[in-house]
Formats: sequence, structure tokens, C-alpha cells
Amino acid sequence: MTIAARRSSARYRWQRRARGFGLFVLLLLVLVYTLFPYYWAIVSSLRSGSALFSTSLVPSFDLTHYMALLQDPVFTGSIVNSLIVAGSTTLISLAVAVAAAYALGRLTFGGKKLMLMAILVVSIFPQIAVMSGMFELVRWFGLYNRIGSLILAYLIFTVPFTVWVLTSFMREFPRELEEAAIMDGCSHWRILTRVLLPLMGPALASTGLLAFILAWNEFLFALTFILSDENRTVPVAIGLISGNSRYEYPFGPVMAASIVVTLPLLALVLFFQRRIVSGLTAGAIKG
Amino acid sequence: MASVSLNQVSKSYGAVDIIRAVDLAIADGEFVVFVGPSGCGKSTLLRLIAGLVPVSSGDISIADEDMTEVPASKRGIAIVFQSYALYPHMTIARNIGFALETSGLGKPEIKAKVTDIARMLKIDHLLGRYPRQLSGGQRQRVAIGRALVRQPKVFLFDEPLSNLDTDLRAEMRVEIARLHEELGTTMVYVTHDQIEAMTLADRIVVLNEGRIEQIGTPQELYRQPANQFVAGFIGSPRMNFVAGALLGEKARGATTLGVRPEAIRLVPAEEAHVSGTLLRLEDLGHEHLAYVEIARDITWTVRLAAHPDRERGAMVGLGWAEEALYRFGTDGRAVA
Repeated sequence: MTIAARRSSARYRWQRRARGFGLFVLLLLVLVYTLFPYYWAIVSSLRSGSALFSTSLVPSFDLTHYMALLQDPVFTGSIVNSLIVAGSTTLISLAVAVAAAYALGRLTFGGKKLMLMAILVVSIFPQIAVMSGMFELVRWFGLYNRIGSLILAYLIFTVPFTVWVLTSFMREFPRELEEAAIMDGCSHWRILTRVLLPLMGPALASTGLLAFILAWNEFLFALTFILSDENRTVPVAIGLISGNSRYEYPFGPVMAASIVVTLPLLALVLFFQRRIVSGLTAGAIKG
Repeated sequence: MASVSLNQVSKSYGAVDIIRAVDLAIADGEFVVFVGPSGCGKSTLLRLIAGLVPVSSGDISIADEDMTEVPASKRGIAIVFQSYALYPHMTIARNIGFALETSGLGKPEIKAKVTDIARMLKIDHLLGRYPRQLSGGQRQRVAIGRALVRQPKVFLFDEPLSNLDTDLRAEMRVEIARLHEELGTTMVYVTHDQIEAMTLADRIVVLNEGRIEQIGTPQELYRQPANQFVAGFIGSPRMNFVAGALLGEKARGATTLGVRPEAIRLVPAEEAHVSGTLLRLEDLGHEHLAYVEIARDITWTVRLAAHPDRERGAMVGLGWAEEALYRFGTDGRAVA
């Protein structure tokens, strides 16, 4: 009997190890699937000429494309444009969303549900469906071929989701925290800015980051509302990079540009990573 | 200074009545405790007094001034919450001084006041820390300090000790009693804990389904409960009840009879008023609780000073003094 027990114990140990190994292989597959395209882009961007047609995965360090890109005023200008557009879109949508989320999450007023549904509905329209209407709006405001048109256009998809995320976050605050602030004589504005907002760091960081990425990557509006090269944003600028002749696809420069425009996002994620740690309020309420 | 009076105060959310026409007068300097089962409206009543929840009808006055429509922060009231509700991102000093900061007081004055309060509550060494670094009892003191600093005329407590463990609860209970003696401020205290209610209160208000069942000193509620609800609610373990018909003559026409567990003695069968089977015996060290089934599905609790020396399943006779018997009519009201 003891022998049987020992045998089955050994079998369970073997099973556990096999499961662990299987999981490891699966993880490796997922990693390769997600990271390989980016790695391949890096490798390609570091080659020029005929080396581009090599299938080797070992990078060579040929910085020709990078040097060319950084000396191109249109490309560097487009990065600056993108930073302005994505940055302003993020700040404006966060400001609007925080105020809206406080009202929708903490106050009681008629038509609240309807309002939330309306905000959700706005975000389900496909971009292409809103585009012609948005184009008219841009013309009215006199924003055609200005980066302001993009900020206006991007708010249409960043505001709904920031409002939704922040509203649900706002609802999570305990009622007594707000009541304590009311007893301490705070107005709604003071409750929002001095008590709730400082506790919303993680939510602001994560939704702000998402809004920034959306605005940074947007292509369709950026292609439509901007006419001249000096006002272009990065995705369109990359799309319009051309080779020396119409028969050459500028593979290397496109890859280098793609790598360069990913870097700001990586930097942002790394910087805010520590802020996106939830549980800032943990332990402060109950004891 | 600051009496509180409620006149026909009601609160309803849509069709649901939470508080039904409550009349209550709290004298200046009195310590009043609201008790009742959960959902009886005791916390809502406290929030109505504080002004955190607007009344549906009726008037509230504090220090003989009509406060029904006055905003919460202008009523001269402070409240200590069940969850403490400290501001997690502020130091203890700022937590306590936040109300003063909001009212626009200068920094040196705030600092002086906060230090005074902190010293009084023995938390002056914690002023630079954050709430998450404090223990439950310390957080409780900070919450009290935050209420004290505004020098309120009326102090409200919403189940302030329910998050603490038993030892700390006893300690803070004594602390609150001491605070009341020192300040002499009117205090209203909500709890579901009988010991807190009995030990702290000048008067207890028993609430049930949004109505006041009885108001009285702890002794009055224990000795002369106005109805069966109060009789069952005050006292632990709770009073034993039995239908009047089961005791025949002794009922004197009452629908329900009640005897407190501590009034019952084990007696020989021939002296017993009722007898039953001993179901279970609990040894609590300083006392023993016996559960006796006196009729089908009616189990009485008996509190004994010493071990009764009976086996489980044995028949036991229960007796009590005539004056220990409570009688209630068909409507649940106490009858003589």
C-alpha cells in the first residue's frame, strides 16, 4: 500500500512538472507572437541596401536610416505635431472626464442614466461614419489643415471612454469619505479637487495613457484633415515616406520611423508604470 | 447650549419610508444612544440630524434654532464615521486640520489647534504619518480628533467602534465616556452593540422600522420595556417568550409572557412553573448558559452561575419570582 502511495505521489510530481513545462512553452509562443514583429522591424531598420533582403535574424548596426530620418525636417516636425496633438487631447479629455465623472458618479440628477448611455453611443459609431460630419465641423471652426482639427476630432473617441472609466472609478469611493468632506465644509469643487482627485492617480494614469496611445496612432482623421506636410502627424508621415523612385518601396526608412515613434509610448508606459499601481486607498478607510 | 429636537421628522426614498414621523427631544449635554436591528433607520436618523440627508418632512432644531434647511457644515455638528473616512492622501495633521483649512484659518492657528487636540487624544506623535500607517484604534482617535477640532455643539457617532476588536472596543468605550464627561457636549451615538448602549447612554432610543419603540434610561428599558420588541431587544441573551395559553392561570389573560434568562432558576419538578428537556449546556467560565426545550420548537435560555450538574437530555424544572414575569397583550404592548 505504501508502495502504491509512493508511486502515485511520483506520478503527481511528474504531472506537475509537465504542466509547468507546458505552460512555459505556451508563454514562449505568446511572447514570440507579440514581440517578433517588433524585433524584426528593429533588425530591418538597422540594415540598408541589399542587406535588407537577408533573412538573418542577427541585427547589424547600420544607422543610415535613423540618421536620414532625424535630418528630415518633415519627419521631426511630424513627431512634434504628434506630441502636441496627443498631449493636448489627453489633457483636455482628462479634464472634461474628471468633471463629468464626478457628476455622473457622485451626484444625483435627472437623466443621469440617459446621459451615460448617450456617451456610450457616441463611441460606437465607426470613424468613417462620423468623418464627413466632422469635416464640416472642422471647416466651420476654420481648423482645416491645422493640428487643432485633430485635437477636436480625437476628443470624440477619447472623451467617452475616459468618462466611462473614471465614472466607475469615482463610484468606488466610499460614501463616508465624501460625507466627511461635506462635514468639513467642502464645496463640490473642493471635494473633487482636494479629496477625490489626489486619490485618482492610478485611474488618471491608465486612462490618460490609453487616450494618448489612441491619439498617437490615429490615421484616418489625420490623413483627411491635414493637407500640408509640415502639419502632419507621425502615422501619416510614415505612410507617406517614399523611395527614390516609384518602383522602390522604402522598407528600411519605414521600419526605422516605426521604431522611433514607438519610443515615446514606451517611455510613457515605463514612467507611469509605478503610478498605475492600484491600492493607494487600501487601508485608509477600514481598519 | 445645544439641545436637539426633532419634530415629526420623516424620510422616504420613493415609496420606501425609512423614518416615520419621529419626535425626539435631546437635552443639552445629554448622551443619547440609538439602537435597533439593522435597517431600522438609526444611521439615517443620524444623517438627518447631521444634514447629510435632507428630511422629507418635519423640522429639526439645534440649540432652539431651526436647522431643517441649514447645510451640514453650518449646523455646528461633527460626526465620527464607522469607517473613520480619513483622507488617505493627507497626513494625520492635515486630516485633523482640514476643516479649519477649508474655513480659511491661518496656518499657525491651525497648527496650534491640531497640536492641542492631538495631545488630548494622545496621538501627537503620529501627526506626520498617513492613515494607512496607523492601527485601527489610532485611526479612530484621529477621526475623533477631526471632529473635535471644529468645536461642535453636538457630536454624532455612527457605530464608531464596530471595526475594532473586542479589547480595543472596551478601551475606546471608556475613552468616549471620558470625553463626554470632560467636554459636556451633547452626543448622539448609533450602535447595535448592547454593551455600548447600556454603558454609555444617559438615555437609549430603541428604533424599529423607522419608528421609536421606546425612549428611556438603560435601567428603564431593561426593567420596564414598553413592548415585546424592546423586551426582546434589550438584554443579552435575549428574553424568553412563550404564548400565554401555555402557562394557563399565570398568564392572567396576556397573549405573550416573557422571562429574562437571568431570572430563571433550576427548581425541583413540583415547584417548577414550566419544565423541559436540557438540550445543550455552554460553559462560559464565569457563567453557564443552558438551553431548555420547554415545548416543541420553543427553546429557552437559562443563565446559571454554577454548573447545574445535569446530563444533556435530562428533564429540568424552571422557576422564577412572580415579579420577573413580563406580560404582553395582543398588540405586543406590556400589560400589568
